[in-house]
Amino acid sequence: MTVDTTLADLSDTLFSVSVGLYSLAVVAFCAQLAFGRRPAATRELVGAGAPVEPAAPAATGAAEPPTVRRYGVAAMVFTLLGALTHAGVLLFRGLATDRLPWGNMYEFATAVVLVAVVSFTVLAVRRPALRHLGVFVLAPVVLSMVGIGLFLYAEAGPLVASLRSSWLAVHVSTAILGFGIFFVSGIASVMYLLRLRHDARVAAGTAETGGLLDRLPAPAAIDRVAHRTAVFGFPIWTFAVIAGAIWAESAWGRFWGWDPKETWAFIAWVVYAAYLHARTTAGWRGRPAAWVNVVGLGVMIFNLLYVNMVSTGLHSYAGV
Amino acid sequence: MTVTAPPREAAAPPPPARPSAGRRAWNLWVRWWRRLTAMRTAIILLFLLALAAIPGSLLPQRSLSQSNVAQYFADHPTLAPVLDRLYLFDVFSSPWFAAVYLLLFVSLVGCVLPRAAEHYRALRTPPPPAPRNLLRLPDSGRLDTPLDGMAALDVVEEELRVRRFRVVRRGTAGTDPAGSSGTGAELSAEKGYLKEAGNLLFHLSLVGLLLALAGGKLWGYEGSILVVEGDGFCNSFQQYDTYSAGPLVDGEDLSPLCVDLEDFRAEYETDLTAASFRADIRFGGPDEEGEARTIGVNDPLRADGDRVYVTGHGYAPTFTVTTPTGQTFTDVPAPFLPTNQSTMASEGAAKFPDLGADADSQLAIQGFFAPTGVVRDGILTSIDPRPLEPQVALIAYQGYLGLDSGRPQSVYAIDQEQIDRGALEEVGSANLAVGETLTLPDGTAITFSGYSQFAALQVSHDPGQVWVLVAAIAVLVGLLAMLLLRRERVFARAAPAPGGGGTVLTVGSLTRGGGEGGERFTALVDELRVALAARAPASPTPPSGGAHPDPEVPTP
Ligand code: HEM
Repeated sequence: MTVDTTLADLSDTLFSVSVGLYSLAVVAFCAQLAFGRRPAATRELVGAGAPVEPAAPAATGAAEPPTVRRYGVAAMVFTLLGALTHAGVLLFRGLATDRLPWGNMYEFATAVVLVAVVSFTVLAVRRPALRHLGVFVLAPVVLSMVGIGLFLYAEAGPLVASLRSSWLAVHVSTAILGFGIFFVSGIASVMYLLRLRHDARVAAGTAETGGLLDRLPAPAAIDRVAHRTAVFGFPIWTFAVIAGAIWAESAWGRFWGWDPKETWAFIAWVVYAAYLHARTTAGWRGRPAAWVNVVGLGVMIFNLLYVNMVSTGLHSYAGV
Repeated sequence: MTVTAPPREAAAPPPPARPSAGRRAWNLWVRWWRRLTAMRTAIILLFLLALAAIPGSLLPQRSLSQSNVAQYFADHPTLAPVLDRLYLFDVFSSPWFAAVYLLLFVSLVGCVLPRAAEHYRALRTPPPPAPRNLLRLPDSGRLDTPLDGMAALDVVEEELRVRRFRVVRRGTAGTDPAGSSGTGAELSAEKGYLKEAGNLLFHLSLVGLLLALAGGKLWGYEGSILVVEGDGFCNSFQQYDTYSAGPLVDGEDLSPLCVDLEDFRAEYETDLTAASFRADIRFGGPDEEGEARTIGVNDPLRADGDRVYVTGHGYAPTFTVTTPTGQTFTDVPAPFLPTNQSTMASEGAAKFPDLGADADSQLAIQGFFAPTGVVRDGILTSIDPRPLEPQVALIAYQGYLGLDSGRPQSVYAIDQEQIDRGALEEVGSANLAVGETLTLPDGTAITFSGYSQFAALQVSHDPGQVWVLVAAIAVLVGLLAMLLLRRERVFARAAPAPGGGGTVLTVGSLTRGGGEGGERFTALVDELRVALAARAPASPTPPSGGAHPDPEVPTP
């Protein structure tokens, strides 16, 4: 099997194009936030179980002047176009090598970021108020893409023997999905924490209102996004871990062996279980729970970067 | 949404003045048990479990690689024994790791069993009566209808039953002074019992998973062996190079399985990425002809409870040795271990203890094998994993090998101790291509006669594995039910409209899980209003009497 270099080059070009489009989206999202008036206060629906927040206005797309709205729409369009070219990166890599395009860390990480962008886009289309989170999602996306391009890039090539299994499709695809969704969830929790801290400072008179953070949705709304995405991601991650165990049974002779990658997948799973518990436990709701979610994201990223690159285990990715 | 902490009984009433010792012990026990089975304890224990697993990934583990642990001991001679005493090289079988997960599971059982009992009761009792003030529920609203109370509730009941709610009606069907029947009557409806069932299934399946894992560890075993093409082995601990077995395994009655390796093939892509490893084997009972099968990476042999895997491969150069006295050993294979997986450069040794006249004229070869060798400045290296140009670099030793000295020796290396002590003496070295011969000073001829391939095979037996899979699937099913389903309670109460001639329905709901309770409730109220309007007599509804589609915002 040979690699089609034309398609592989096209894939690499699209990678740069997506980074460019995402950067434009960041600029437009920024403009939307920066030029947006502080929107009129609307009451935010808070369930009785949700933490009691200082009464905070929710930003709504409808309350914005048309120019600012146009920035918001442009940002979404750039994001969507970026996601399309980003999908193209993986599509043409797959076509060039005639296999699923997640055979090494470069491809895996690229796919995770794509899932994060798509999850955010779906959320933002359904709830326009969440577009105000756009900068805070797309900026890490751009940073991740640049990092991936610089440090993880691997030439298109064939899969090593151990990865040639239909479980690659099942296990790695769901791991990518779960990771991408947790990525959005973790960012939402970070924004929730920042917003709470900001609100507390405003209340204490040590910070001005009118900054970017004031234009975010109300803390409770951000927290809800974090929770709902984590609830969505958790069964997917659970499935990915189980599928990995089934694959390991046929590839390595045991379904679980505490290989470093397995250990960190387990740690992440336990942390997310703790997050879901914390969300429903008195004394842990709100800030502490959000921290648990942030730790969860940290564990996922650690598992991707440190465990793949520094420690040696059975999980082998070609080309890094 | 509201009921979030697991329901627990209220604190016990203060004990009488001087409780007996037994009573006090019991109270203490109850207090600790409550503390252990509280949700916040579960969170802490989950955290501890995550923390406890970390050293298992950062320090070398015996279960993964004995040699890495040995290396760590060599690199950190003072620190390693301390870490070892803390079980840090056996984290996942350490008592403290077990303590964390056992506490967690005790907490889980203590938390979930009462919930299961409660759920069982809830299944057999009708939904609870409506709270006194429905407008204080997280989602609530009012509907006006010209229907009388009972008829209006009939409509609500029908609509809810279509939505698969369980419905009970309570309250008087009597007539109030204004002449409207059903005033004060109320309705309670509930659905989503499967959510709670999912929660219970999930948590209890975790316990099942742990038990299945434990069973597999107790009754399972695993053995590994290197087999050169043309050789074979039978399933017994004596034959394996290394094995590990659970404490309840009886070494006498392992399943009677024998495996012969007939041929091994490694295939490579043009860029030398390994594409596939295939081993043609024959397997069956000890005295059987055996059944032919090809196994490989991702494709093990599964034979009633035993699995056979190819976990590695390599080359075994063969040597023919002829002594001056005419004694000949022909094509003796010596498996060399690969030191570089991408070029398959390998190292190993061949030992000939029975060669000479006495124990001091034994022969040993220490060697380096290159499947595709190039020699630069007299140094042999390998540039390709395929056997295109096989070569060996060897050093021959004569003397006493020390095999019967009681010290264990690796078969892949000569005991350096014997060389240092002068018991073994270097007597020659050469780079040889296939067919070439090194002749030693005493006339002994060593010919590199060719090579075979070997496969590292692993036999695994884990009777718990199927049950682990079953439990894992149950975990997933329970999780999906718990997270995706909603538990909803809807209440409605009828009261006469203040102006007379009609009913005001107060509707409230409580939702757990799934979020967006507010939106769903608004939609439900809208649909109820449409249904009520459809049943209402043709008279127009007064404009002031619309429903309140906006759910009330509770006052914190
Ligand atoms: C192995 C350890 C455990 C894991 C992995 C685990 C995982 C989970 C997960 C993922 C949820 C879903 C939360 C949600 O509905 O959003 C949950 C719910 C729950 N867990 Fe656990 N759990 C564990 C141990 C425990 C223990 C020890 C207890 C009791 C002390 C417990 C009690 C509960 C309860 C009551 C809920 C339902 C919360 C609600 O629906 O409001 N769990 N658990």
